[in-house]
Amino acid sequence: MQTWSLVSISVLLAVVVRWGVSLNSYSGAGKPPMFGDYEAQRHWQEVTYNLPLQQWYFNTSDNDLNYWGLDYPPLTAYHSWLCAYVANIINPEWVELHRSRGYESPAHKLFMRTTVLVTDVLIYIPAVVFYCLYLTGGSAKKRVSLLLSILLYPGLILIDYGHFQYNGVSLGFALWGVLALGLGWDMSGSVAFCLALNYKQMELYHALPFFCYLLGKCARAGLLGRGFILLARIAVAVLVTFALCWLPFLPDPSQASQVVRRIFPVARGLFEDKVANTWCSLNTLIKIRSFLTADSQLYLSFALTLLAALPSSIRLLMKPTFWHFKLALVNSSLAFFLFSYQVHEKSILLAALPVCLLLNDFPFMSVWFLQASTFSMLPLFLKDGLLVPYAVTSVGYLFLTFYLLSALDDCSEAEMNLGCYSKLSFFLPKTYLACMMRWKFYFSIALMAVLSILSVVLDPPPHLPDLFPVLVSTTAFLHFLGAFLHFNIVQFSEPVSKKSQKKNN
Amino acid sequence: MAAQAESWSWFAALAVGVSLLKCLFINAYHSTDFEVHRNWLAITHSLPVSRWYRENTSEWTLDYPPLFAWFEFGLSQAARHFDPNMLRVENLDYASPATVLFQRLSVVFTDLLFIYAVRECCRCVGVQKGSKEVLTRPSFVLAVLLLWNFGLLVVDHIHFQYNGFLFGFLLLSVAKHLQGQHLQGALLFAVLLHLKHIYLYVAPAYGIFLLRSYCFTRDHRDGAIRWSSFSPLRLLALGGIVTSVSALSLGPFIVKGQLPQLVSRLFPFRRGLCHAYWAPNVWALYNAADKLLAALGVRLKLLQEAELPRASMTGGLVQEVQHAVLPSVSPSVTLLCTLLSILPALASLWRRPRGGRAFLRCLLLCALASFLFGWHVHEKAVLLAVLPLSVLAVESREDAGIFLVLATTGHYSLFPLLFTPAELPIKVCLMLMFTIFSFTGLGALHRARGPLLRPLELVYLLGLLAVAIGCEFVFPLSPWRQRLPFLPLLVTSVYCAAGVCYSFLRLYASMLRSDHRPKQP
Repeated sequence: MQTWSLVSISVLLAVVVRWGVSLNSYSGAGKPPMFGDYEAQRHWQEVTYNLPLQQWYFNTSDNDLNYWGLDYPPLTAYHSWLCAYVANIINPEWVELHRSRGYESPAHKLFMRTTVLVTDVLIYIPAVVFYCLYLTGGSAKKRVSLLLSILLYPGLILIDYGHFQYNGVSLGFALWGVLALGLGWDMSGSVAFCLALNYKQMELYHALPFFCYLLGKCARAGLLGRGFILLARIAVAVLVTFALCWLPFLPDPSQASQVVRRIFPVARGLFEDKVANTWCSLNTLIKIRSFLTADSQLYLSFALTLLAALPSSIRLLMKPTFWHFKLALVNSSLAFFLFSYQVHEKSILLAALPVCLLLNDFPFMSVWFLQASTFSMLPLFLKDGLLVPYAVTSVGYLFLTFYLLSALDDCSEAEMNLGCYSKLSFFLPKTYLACMMRWKFYFSIALMAVLSILSVVLDPPPHLPDLFPVLVSTTAFLHFLGAFLHFNIVQFSEPVSKKSQKKNN
Repeated sequence: MAAQAESWSWFAALAVGVSLLKCLFINAYHSTDFEVHRNWLAITHSLPVSRWYRENTSEWTLDYPPLFAWFEFGLSQAARHFDPNMLRVENLDYASPATVLFQRLSVVFTDLLFIYAVRECCRCVGVQKGSKEVLTRPSFVLAVLLLWNFGLLVVDHIHFQYNGFLFGFLLLSVAKHLQGQHLQGALLFAVLLHLKHIYLYVAPAYGIFLLRSYCFTRDHRDGAIRWSSFSPLRLLALGGIVTSVSALSLGPFIVKGQLPQLVSRLFPFRRGLCHAYWAPNVWALYNAADKLLAALGVRLKLLQEAELPRASMTGGLVQEVQHAVLPSVSPSVTLLCTLLSILPALASLWRRPRGGRAFLRCLLLCALASFLFGWHVHEKAVLLAVLPLSVLAVESREDAGIFLVLATTGHYSLFPLLFTPAELPIKVCLMLMFTIFSFTGLGALHRARGPLLRPLELVYLLGLLAVAIGCEFVFPLSPWRQRLPFLPLLVTSVYCAAGVCYSFLRLYASMLRSDHRPKQP
């Protein structure tokens, strides 16, 4: 069978699964007065369509910022405006100022779901297809397997098509950036990444690797010669993209500063809800928030984030290869997720994207991480009534990746996986180590399954109402911490990475 | 042993994959058939057997044979634990989330039988000739064509029916015949008949085949029948199987003297010639011709518009179609047409038995003939031909070509079943997926022997694409939507009818042509 038919079948399957998930409930369905992210997105359409641009980010009588005020960068706002424009043509009630608040109907749900699918089909899915076809090695079948494994990653599907968000846009732009850098088109890559950054500020998680990779590349070409020209061109591309995105807000400095204040809400505290990062997990042992001032929390988290992201970034700066770039993306986004300020559980998707890109190189570890990342959002899915799609897509994904990528088989031959540890723990025989990893994996999957079932079936004891969310987030946190350490070690163990690179080519 | 188990791991992947996909459609649109089956659950669970075929609180009375009623009874035992309220006869249109979950899951789980049957079928087709590549093995292609069949997914898991389970019986019985285990095959088919009597349509093929190839043990060298080889023992065994299954199913009702009541429920001839939406068969063409002639007659002043039957121009929206120009068709005429059209196939099967493949071909012809000429045929019945044809398609190039035409048109004619906008992406994507796979998968299998489709067939199928775009996307936005609401349905069924009729004729031609070829050893 030809590659084109396999690719198109995979893409169609991905669309069917996405749409199948979207038939389910969304966040805040029928839950006044605040509803959920679905209403937030609808409200942004209402605001951007009806108010002049100068009022979008300001608290006015027509724009109550306490009710889902716009807190994403301008591209999101433009996108909302575009959706609202279409919505107004179909049914003006959907975006009517004030009176459309909390609007819900099957037709409107269909419209909202369609907007997500459209952006996905236009931005995210093509990026994945091109990445798999042009930047991975192996036979056509292998590449299509990878394509399917990336497209069917449950976390992203459940958040975008179940919970309701447009992560496909920002992640898609970031992936276009990665793709362009991988093909050597540095300018287009920077432009794509700037678009991602201007769609969601959370893309900052990926900013350090992009910066270090490009800087390292320029430095290698000679910062006084060709490298400087390259750097200048990239800088111009970045500045022009930013300027274009912010153009309407630039004339008035108070406008721009208000947008920035909205985007980085430092007042919202170190963490909200139960999120699988360091602060929330540490909170079960020590109540950090009670003895540190808000400012010192901010500085502490900022310092720790930088400290955690620094090693891999420096390594990337020294060796700006695509291989190191992908690893640094994982390490940096995980560092941000684990240590930075005001992290949401959905932000794990930012780490999941680069891990998806490593599926080909480290099937075992990547699949493990991706499963854990989906699991970490379980409390959210339960709240949104997405239990069935969560169970179906997670089990399906586990099964699919093991069949397509033969992840478990790779574990034994995965010297590239484990060779780095044998240096650390030279007293253990390698086979024993592989076996131990596999059992650890089985145990962790079983633990996730048991915790998922318990959260659904059991009512928590009255004095510990958050028992299961805390258990889930702590378990996931341990996985993420382990993955963070593992991928850092991998990035620093050069000989191994060379071998696996050769293997891929 | 381990090697063999490994070589089938792709089958498990396909089966698990499609089962999980089915679970994603739990919250999708479901038709009134959902309520039909819920009502049957309630009837069989809460009423004594004697009232099963008398109960008429709901308009959806029990009209499947008794074994299916027992099947519903079995399901209702599990349904109790999900939501006991769904088992109350007076709870009409009851669809709580637990009910939906249970009913959907019951379809997914009873499909396990279908999966097993597909596996048995895959074992029967061509032993791999050293092809290492999984994707181009006949058994792999067949497994995808059956397990991921577009029609079955849409009809069972969105529209809601239990066809997968029933086709499991049919395919398993076919596989048993292909493997030479005729008694098991006969038993499975007898059970199937008492689960859903629509399979009576293919019973002639079974009857002739078993009589000719099982009860007569040997042939003359030229393939002619050797009368002396008749084995009464075998006939007795077959008769015993059929009678005992029938006794088990119908017995209780005969004892209670309810047989006439049961039969009147099973064969309701009150309904019209065509279903609300015309299935793509001969009668769709006949109706369309009638309308065309009537319109022409009015235009040429040969007919008075006032004299035309009132309903005739509202299209497929009424049950009773009254023909304006052409003579009206009665049930007996359709029966006669069906019988006449399958007669040559049966005769050929009797004169020259060529094993299981010829039987399968005859079964297909019976299914297609009844689809084309039958009374009140549902568009879903086309699956009865598409699924068995998949088995032949992976083995011969000619059948693969016919399969592509029949499957594509037959599946497309199912589109009007799902008319809700929310399901549009699913049906379009699933259809494209299946069609792309069947074209490229079968193409790769038969690559050595040239292209599968003749140029004209290709043009016809591309025309289908145009029809699809016109009906699904252009028409809803056009001004004709108000004036001619039935137009897309009419165009769809007429266009698809042409393809189905053509496939029928080609299948017939290939069967009769092979009659004249020397018998292959």
